[in-house]
Amino acid sequence: MNDMRLTERATDMKEIKITAEGVDVFYGDAHAIKDVSVEIEDKTVTAFIGPSGCGKSTFLRCLNRMNDTIDIARIEGDILIDGEDIYHPKVDPVQLRAKVGMVFQKPNPFPKSIYDNIAYGPRIHGLAKTKADLDDIVERALRRGALWDEVKDRLQEPGTGLSGGQQQRLCIARAVATEPEVLLMDEPCSALDPIATAQVEELIDELRQNYSVVIVTHSMQQAARVSQKTAFFHLGILVEYGETGEIFTTPKDSRTESYITGRIG
Amino acid sequence: MIDMSADGSAPAPAKNSLHAADERTRRRNAAEKRFRAYGVAAIVTGLLALVFLVYAILSNGLPAFQRTVVNIEFTMTQEQFDEAESALLKTRVYTDFFIGALTDSLETRGLDAEFDGGTVERLLGKVGGTLRSHYRENPGDIGQAISFELPASSRVDRYFKGTFTRESVGEGNRFMQPGDLDLVDALAEAGVIIQTFNWQFITGVDTGVDNPGGAGIGASVLGSFMMMIVVLVLSLPIGVAASIYLEEFAPKNWFTDLIEVNISNLAAVPSIVFGILGLAVFIQFMHLPQSAPLVGGLVLTLMTLPTIIISTRASLKSVPPSIRDAALAVGASKMQSVFHHVLPLAMPGILTGTIIGLAQALGETAPLLLIGMVGFVARYPETFLEGFEGPNSAMPAQIYNWASRSDAVFTEKAWGGIIILLIFLLSMNIIAILLRRKFERRW
Repeated sequence: MNDMRLTERATDMKEIKITAEGVDVFYGDAHAIKDVSVEIEDKTVTAFIGPSGCGKSTFLRCLNRMNDTIDIARIEGDILIDGEDIYHPKVDPVQLRAKVGMVFQKPNPFPKSIYDNIAYGPRIHGLAKTKADLDDIVERALRRGALWDEVKDRLQEPGTGLSGGQQQRLCIARAVATEPEVLLMDEPCSALDPIATAQVEELIDELRQNYSVVIVTHSMQQAARVSQKTAFFHLGILVEYGETGEIFTTPKDSRTESYITGRIG
Repeated sequence: MIDMSADGSAPAPAKNSLHAADERTRRRNAAEKRFRAYGVAAIVTGLLALVFLVYAILSNGLPAFQRTVVNIEFTMTQEQFDEAESALLKTRVYTDFFIGALTDSLETRGLDAEFDGGTVERLLGKVGGTLRSHYRENPGDIGQAISFELPASSRVDRYFKGTFTRESVGEGNRFMQPGDLDLVDALAEAGVIIQTFNWQFITGVDTGVDNPGGAGIGASVLGSFMMMIVVLVLSLPIGVAASIYLEEFAPKNWFTDLIEVNISNLAAVPSIVFGILGLAVFIQFMHLPQSAPLVGGLVLTLMTLPTIIISTRASLKSVPPSIRDAALAVGASKMQSVFHHVLPLAMPGILTGTIIGLAQALGETAPLLLIGMVGFVARYPETFLEGFEGPNSAMPAQIYNWASRSDAVFTEKAWGGIIILLIFLLSMNIIAILLRRKFERRW
């Protein structure tokens, strides 16, 4: 993994997928995110790290407007995906979320069959014309979620009957089934054991071929393992953002250094 | 463990044996035992009350499902029919024929009994009229042997059920003479008077005070059923739609808070208040027909709505938010996430709440009194539509009505009506449980 990262670092400047400029988020009176500006690259894994309550999940949820579901949340500033403002009044969050998939902290499969879990998104977006198309989409998504071999014989069994790690990979497969361009992951491994975590991390690395992946994690080791870029949040402020290797070896800010060496957080 | 006191450096903590409970533990255990005893006592009291209630209902109500009939084979020839129809007192002639037939049938069994028209009327009511109407409606039966089951009078019925004894027959009682019961015993011995299942109680309609034995609850069961249809058709969609809107879509502000408080308060409003509201709005203002199951259903809908809304909102709330997030994150709209994922999961709770609301409405009497659904209903509605807008009663109102009449047979009918009402409630609850099982997802 490290080798790959080195080669990529050498190759290039990648295209910018998401641009955030001066983003502030308020929950009622609480100022959760303070003036965050960041540029997230395409076909890259970007990790958000920081102590609990630092706003990294909040910021992640701004990127697909999941904060809209919280009545008291208020967002200021601009977030652009491919140069388009996602908070523009003309943007329908439903369309946005088809483009920006999300995987949550706790695996949350629908209480339906494995097949229906994956097929739900493509169905409501009309991605499949026929039953055969839909079968193809489900198979492709499950393969990308590295789950196909384990579940191909029991697609009609309930998704909630899988193990925790399988459920999380099912949720990842469900997110990629709608062909998103960006995949947001909110601590996807925090409820999983080390073996399941390793499988999911491997999967994240593969997903980088096609998507821009943004992952929030509590584990610095995980950030170091899977990401190419890392952003460190502290008390609602984006303290430092850069190449993962640089953040962990030569942090510029003293707060980042304190956090990665275990003195705060 | 080493004996620490031996070296004298520190005082040893008092050692307690694990085999002897200390004072504090004993008190805690005693308190726990007391609490368990209270719990058991409370449950036993409740069970005793239930047993007593069930015993009282069954012992008083079951006799209503039995009736005493005189079972007699009777042949009417064409000449007899013509003779009776040309007479001045037609039913009197029929009665005479009947007496003749009864005497004959007793004689063939070797019994010799003396009785006149008065006795027959005291024991069986107006037999002549019953026979006449039968032969006028079924002229084909003339000349053939027909087996009649003629209901006995209420005192004879009660005599067999043990609530009317020989001591109760006073001299000069115009409903029963002391000699009549001898005849009744003789008839019972001959197998002419028998006890049968009282279908008429279930299918029949209310009767006047002159025929308490014939009273049935059928029409009011239909009335209750029609009301339940109105309640279900109106309150389920309105209640569920309101709950979904309030729970999932409505903004949280002072106005929705106010609505929420008011719904909770409405659930606690006494039902008679809804009754007078229905009287004022539906009957006096909108001029809907009085005593109609339609109006009863509307009033009960108002009463049931808060129950349904509260239970629906509770079951919507209990659906984990992660399911909503999951649906939204794959690009479902708010409405799709609610209708595809949240509502199916909330379905068992919604159905249970609805059926509990319906069961409550089914047993409600007070509002029916105010909109006039306690009248005397002696016939079934003729058309389906009339079932809604024609005057009718409902089960609890019919029970109330019977309980307030003086004849002991009506009291028995009231208890019997309670059994029917309870059977209805039980079957509704069973439906609720079955639906819950069917919709509950076990994964």
